[in-house]
Amino acid sequence: MQKEIDMFDVLKIREDFPILKREVNGKPLVYFDNAATSQTPQIVIDAIVDYYSNYNANIHRGVHTLSQEATDAYEIARKKIQEHFNAKHSHEIIMTSGTTHGINIVATGFTTLLSPGDEIIVSALEHHSNIVPWQMLCERTGAILKVIPMNEKGELVMNVYDQLLSEKTKLVFTNHISNALGTINPIEEIIEKAHKIGAAVLIDGAQSCPHIKPDVQSLDVDFYVASAHKLCGPTGVGLLYGKEEWLNKLPPYQGGGEMIDQVTFEKTTYAGLPHKFEAGTPNICGGIAFGVALDYMNSIGFDAIETYEKELLVYGTKKLEEIEGLKVYGTSKNKTSVISFNIGDIHPYDIGTIVDKLGIAVRTGHHCAQPIMDFYKIPGTIRASFSFYNTKEEIDALVEAVKKAKMMLS
Amino acid sequence: MTIQEIQEEIVDEFDMFEDWMQRYEYMIELGKSLPLIEEKYKTEDNIIKGCQSKVWVHAEMKDDKVVFTADSDAIITKGIIAILIRVFSGQHPTHIIDADTGFIDEIGLKEHLSPTRANGLVSMIKQIKMYAVAYQTQLN
Repeated sequence: MQKEIDMFDVLKIREDFPILKREVNGKPLVYFDNAATSQTPQIVIDAIVDYYSNYNANIHRGVHTLSQEATDAYEIARKKIQEHFNAKHSHEIIMTSGTTHGINIVATGFTTLLSPGDEIIVSALEHHSNIVPWQMLCERTGAILKVIPMNEKGELVMNVYDQLLSEKTKLVFTNHISNALGTINPIEEIIEKAHKIGAAVLIDGAQSCPHIKPDVQSLDVDFYVASAHKLCGPTGVGLLYGKEEWLNKLPPYQGGGEMIDQVTFEKTTYAGLPHKFEAGTPNICGGIAFGVALDYMNSIGFDAIETYEKELLVYGTKKLEEIEGLKVYGTSKNKTSVISFNIGDIHPYDIGTIVDKLGIAVRTGHHCAQPIMDFYKIPGTIRASFSFYNTKEEIDALVEAVKKAKMMLS
Repeated sequence: MTIQEIQEEIVDEFDMFEDWMQRYEYMIELGKSLPLIEEKYKTEDNIIKGCQSKVWVHAEMKDDKVVFTADSDAIITKGIIAILIRVFSGQHPTHIIDADTGFIDEIGLKEHLSPTRANGLVSMIKQIKMYAVAYQTQLN
């Protein structure tokens, strides 16, 4: 393993990210809010500039050269996404504005597929974006929401999941990795068991895609959603992968241009996949840049990323836990490079404010996962999330900053 | 003292500090001296929305002056609200409504005015002014 780490030249990688050179409050920026948004390498910034400088045009409709070039680039990006996630067809990749959009397409679509008394299952570890759209679905259809509980380590209690599954279960949705705690959920098991009773499964991959490369065919997942901005891509773009058969079953989410076949005032027929779900002018530049970001991530390699980030997680956990009174939330053996913690009864907001003054970006609060905070009976946590461009020296700076904050606030 | 005078006094105090750490240490001290809200007023209605930490503010009228008490579960937030209360508590509603809050900029807390900051300084000021408006209406 040591050899792999040596081969992973983090200092060289950092050169790819112009933002990592900046200072905050007179200190070198230490960016540990990667679980919220990853930073953008120059190659992706260049792709954005290139698009607006050279071939900015609307896609799929113009016959002129710029439109054709933009269309080609956008569809190449879709193809790259298909290959990255190993989808069977490129039309199974729906371009969205991000994970939340993807979930809402599916949750709205299921309105026509559920009946009162049907059950849908969520996990206790979800981001609000994977809770609220389903609650709204339940309100529309009379379906019932069931919850897979979590344990003290921040893991799902799988034997309760077994009990929740029944012939009434129509849909199961969980995240692949918890944003608040970093727990990697056993989605293979979740999917297999749901399929045995004929339920569909949606996996929220917002937090997993920056760390691991999911294979939607081998997972046999029905829907998988993710966002580009956590994968070194721009904000406002993401994907919904859906199995062809499922996407054909769901009605369109929005009406508009692009998603039609024929329109008359008597009747409109819809376009086929993927355009059925892509009404209106999409984030063309964002989509193209997303493709470039995936190329960039793959050029570094997800095996190398996973190994290096694990190293950072182990180091960071050890160093932080040396601080007296510090408690880490989310202690599963299966977790990514996210450390959620508190110190004694000091409010996370106070620590976050002080460490920001020292140039360190962490997230504080409930991380849009209030049920998890309620479980631990805390107002929130400080969350440091590491990416492959972070270093152990930066973790040392975080530890020093947290110690300083603790001293000031105790 | 008038609101203006108190603000100038606070600006003078903060001028003595050489760096942000001393400013924050002072705010933490101020937080500890905040005139605390009575437990019975720590209700959902008195929680200021838009804060990452919980902030409760209570107001009552005493001889044509609005008296504020507050609390928060975060100490820096307590410091911020303590500064606001020092400025606005015991003042006439009209003066509170008309008061400028530019001093916050001058004492180096400008960053807390950005809407992205989750401590809700903007919401606190708005709430304090709304209490003043309500009492002003009663006086009329």
